[in-house]
Formats: sequence, structure tokens, C-alpha cells
Amino acid sequence: MKGDTPGALGLRLWGRGMSPTYARADSSGLGERRRSRQKAMNSDKIDQIINTHQGQASSLIQVLMEIQEVNHWLPREVLEKVSEQLEVPLSRVLRIATIYKTFSLTPKGRHEVHICTGTACKVRGAQRVLDKVQNLTGIKPGETDMDDKFSLETVNCQGCCTLGPMMQIDGKTHSRMSPAEIADALKKYE
Amino acid sequence: MSKIILIIDGKEVEANEGMTILQAAQSVGIVIPTLCHHELLEPYGGCRLCTVEAEVRGRTKLVAACLYPVEKDLIVRTKSQQVDKIRKMILELLLAHAPDSRELQDLAKEYGADKNRFGKEPSFCIHCGLCVRYCAEVTKKNAICFIDKGTTREISFIPEIAAKECWNCKECFSLCPTEALQAAFVLAQALAFPAPTE
Repeated sequence: MKGDTPGALGLRLWGRGMSPTYARADSSGLGERRRSRQKAMNSDKIDQIINTHQGQASSLIQVLMEIQEVNHWLPREVLEKVSEQLEVPLSRVLRIATIYKTFSLTPKGRHEVHICTGTACKVRGAQRVLDKVQNLTGIKPGETDMDDKFSLETVNCQGCCTLGPMMQIDGKTHSRMSPAEIADALKKYE
Repeated sequence: MSKIILIIDGKEVEANEGMTILQAAQSVGIVIPTLCHHELLEPYGGCRLCTVEAEVRGRTKLVAACLYPVEKDLIVRTKSQQVDKIRKMILELLLAHAPDSRELQDLAKEYGADKNRFGKEPSFCIHCGLCVRYCAEVTKKNAICFIDKGTTREISFIPEIAAKECWNCKECFSLCPTEALQAAFVLAQALAFPAPTE
């Protein structure tokens, strides 16, 4: 079954069905290409992360978070490995990995753009910032562009409402963004 | 093990410590409707259909009978205006998801629930978790799980495990209170179009 072309079949038939988080990335086989390119996550690193937690099942979320931090997404084979090593059923690993927004089951771009849509940022014009970023990058929240350069996400209040509308790129906060400043900010990233 | 005397619907019931209200009621033949309860499984408290009035030291509260442990001098009312109203509401909400479920329709008739009260959103699954919990606790295969959260939460078979285990088991199908066919559909889907693993 591994040789199938999930991109072609998957999306239509999955619909709201199983593994939506996997299916979404697979339109036009893009996810497939990206996946093969980004397979770099080596298993030594995973072993290392699991070892620091002494392979305890109770640290499942911690382990997943650290892998997410290093790799920016959680490939299926990594989840299988974690499930094996921590002796947690794969079903539970999948449930945890799909329930939290922190975890991504689809490959992410090199730079993660987070736009705050909390109440304060919203009234200060977060929508305009979001529109502008969407315009410039050509992606919607939750998506990654063709060159794996940016991933766009909307986030809730980051706790710095006086800086709104606020945009974070790779954890660096860009405050009081006006749509005009966004292009300059995005240009700095390769 | 010490015996506890409690009153259910005006009837004195003797129960063991650690039993739930539901178990105590069932032991004397008092029927409390349930959807997510199964004798072999840990109590879950997902459907809240077993809500009853429990009176402790003069205070009445609404509790899920399948979870609430019996205690001394507990007075339980399994039928009252408020309880019936809650059950009716729960059924109406569940029927929006699974309008064709026999089990739900029978209960709806009993409690006068209107299946058209809320706009229909047939996902068939009412998240009772019977299949998921049965697979984890009884058969210990862990082939099916809940994924996602909130309104997009749904059951999902794990293709790698399902391909090996499910064909000869399918014990979860008959547990489903809405439509066993739904589980069959999700299983077939998982086997025919497994999530890309590469």
C-alpha cells in the first residue's frame, strides 16, 4: 500500500474523513515532494530526546514538543517510533498529536509566521496585517508556500497587547505592524 | 466489604462500597438510560444521559449515575421533571448528529424529544467512545482512536494496525449506538486509503 499515490486519491475521498491533518497537505502531490525532501530528521536525535526523558510514557507530550521544536513537524514514522519507544499505543500518540495546535502533522516552511488575532490585535488591525501577509506569500493560515519558505498561522493573544497588531516570525516579535512594513519584514527572510 | 444503604426512587437499596449509582440501580432493576456505558469498560461519563438527581444532606445536585459512587444516606431520583428535561435536550442534540439511530429514536419517543429541533449535521458519531475504549481496554489492540478536537473530533482507524487486526475482530461494530455501518465505513476507508506514511 505504500506505493499508492495518496495525493491523487486521498484528498477527494478523505473529505472530512480520516486523517484530515495528513490529507490536507496532499493536494497536487505537493506534500509528497516536500515530505521526501524534509525527511532529514535523524533517528539519533529522536533517541536522544527520548533518552532525556528516560523513555517514560508520561513524558509523551514533552517528547513530542521537543521533536516539534527541532523538526518543525511530526512525520508519521517519527510518531510510530515514539509510540514504540515510550510503549504508548499509536492510537494515543495520534490522539495527542492531533488535539494540540502546537503539533503539526504536515511539513512546515523554514520560517513560521504567527499573526496574533487576539481581541486587542484585532481592533488594532490584525485583519489588515493578515490580508497583506496572505497577499505577499500567497498562503492562507495553516498552509505552507511552494518553496517551503513561510508557514502562516493565526495565534491567540501572546500577552503583549500594547504591541498590536503583532506578528511573530520564528519567534521574533514584530510590533505595531502596518501593512506597508510587512513587505520589508518578510524580505529579510530567505 | 461494607454495605451502604441508599434510597433510589423511594426504594431502599443495599450496595457495596465503590459501586456507582447506576450499578446499584441496575442491581434492583431500576432502569437508567445510558448510551456510553458498557459493563466491561471503565465508566466514561461521555453522554450524560444517565444524569440523575442526587440528594446529599438536603442538597440536590445533578450527577452522572455511571460515575457517581454510592454513599451513605444518598437519595437518588432517577426520574423528575428536571432530569427528563435534561435527557430530552441531550437526545435532541445527539439526534442532530445521528438522526437515523434506532436506539436514539426509541429514547426520543420515551422522552418526547423532537429530532428536528436542531439543524441536522449528520456525522453519525455521537462520541460515546465505546468503540475506541473497547479496542483499548478489552481487545487491547488500540486500532481505533479519536483524532482532532471539538467539532472536528472523529473516530479513526489506524491503517497499519487495522489491516492486521480488525478483519477478524470487528467487535466494536455492534457496540455503536448510532449505526454500525458507520464504523464499517471508516474501517474500509482506513484500509483502502491509508494515510500517507512516507
